[in-house]
Amino acid sequence: MKTTTLEEAVALIPNGASLMIGGFMAVGTPERLIDELVRQGKRGLTVIANDSAMPGRGIGKLVSAGLVRKVIASHIGLNPETQKKMLAGEMEVELVPQGTLIERIRAAGYGLGGILTATGVGTVVEEGKKKIEVDGRAYLLERPLPADFALIEAFLADYLGNLTYALTARNFNPVIAMAAAVTIVDAEHVVPVGMISPDHVMTPAPLVDYLVA
Amino acid sequence: MAMEPQTVIARRIALELRDNMLVNLGIGIPTLVANYVPPGMHIFFQSENGLIGTGPIPEEAMAQPRLTDAAGKPVSAIPGACTFDSAVSFGLIRGGHVDMTVLGGLQVDEHGQLANWMIPGKMVPGMGGAMDLVSGAKRVVIAMQHTAKGKPKILKRCTLPLTSVRRVDLVVTELAAISFADGKPTLIETAPGVSVERVLAATEASLVVPPRVSEMQIQEKQP
Repeated sequence: MKTTTLEEAVALIPNGASLMIGGFMAVGTPERLIDELVRQGKRGLTVIANDSAMPGRGIGKLVSAGLVRKVIASHIGLNPETQKKMLAGEMEVELVPQGTLIERIRAAGYGLGGILTATGVGTVVEEGKKKIEVDGRAYLLERPLPADFALIEAFLADYLGNLTYALTARNFNPVIAMAAAVTIVDAEHVVPVGMISPDHVMTPAPLVDYLVA
Repeated sequence: MAMEPQTVIARRIALELRDNMLVNLGIGIPTLVANYVPPGMHIFFQSENGLIGTGPIPEEAMAQPRLTDAAGKPVSAIPGACTFDSAVSFGLIRGGHVDMTVLGGLQVDEHGQLANWMIPGKMVPGMGGAMDLVSGAKRVVIAMQHTAKGKPKILKRCTLPLTSVRRVDLVVTELAAISFADGKPTLIETAPGVSVERVLAATEASLVVPPRVSEMQIQEKQP
């Protein structure tokens, strides 16, 4: 794990990269990393996240700035700009049921070749997917979903990179921390090693590559 | 004074609650069900963004920016609440650990199939957690107005994209409670002052009407 500046952390991300971004309606989204992505004008991004937030917050800022080529999310309903850009053909949107999205990400991080879920069977979600029957029940084979970078908002980080999250800001963060090639963390508080009890660590330090100081 | 339609719906659905249930409420009318939990009953309310023990909406100055509901709005957490990540949250939902979910609906058909997540070309908000909730919760209750702009929402066949092929268990509207317990849409109750004929006239699906249809027991008890 390396500590780094905000500017250097975002400079690692090339145009066209795929980014997993923590947060649920922008709660648990690393806003400083988002602002720096906008400032450095990273383009052609694929964003994998629960939702596209709302204009002026979290991922909504990336959408408004025209930096996003594709969004993979479960919900875009609170961001009219996402819907507008999608309908105008300026941005691609792939909608995935929320439980399936988090499991596809988890599968990528946990070394699984996919997951089987009954969610989506018999709906438009099953189009183009393999259907597998197990003990008489039909499931869809959903493939692992990895990314180049995970952008995490933690509540506490120690100087090794152990993380905890606060309340409902946890959401996708600990899961995406395992699924990307490079994990960058912005923490509310950075504390000395030993301050977070082993039982309370939610993301183990070896998963973190960069901590924004 | 007549009750508002959403009050009729929320009060009737609250009668489905049982002590210590784990319950997930969708956005809109379903949220109101939490206002009518019978006194002395403990319900674990789940918010799928990672919380069990959702409490009332806090006063503005008391809002915690990292304590929100599934719409991103501030909530409170009652003593004994717990938080978890999205994989656990949807494990609870898909894994059959949620006793009951209450969701809004655009259409429900004779087979009990629900459409509630998109209107092609008009409204594409995404399914969020709805498909997982309908596929995985032990009991699925739909809270919706009986008609939309005068047109029935309980149809022979859904015309909008389905949320799941799993059958819902109960549909509650401001006019009626319709059960799918035995696979067929059965009119089990009418709202106070609503006739069976009025329900049938506002419904496209063929309802099974038992010899006696009772009235919803939702009047406020006089102190």
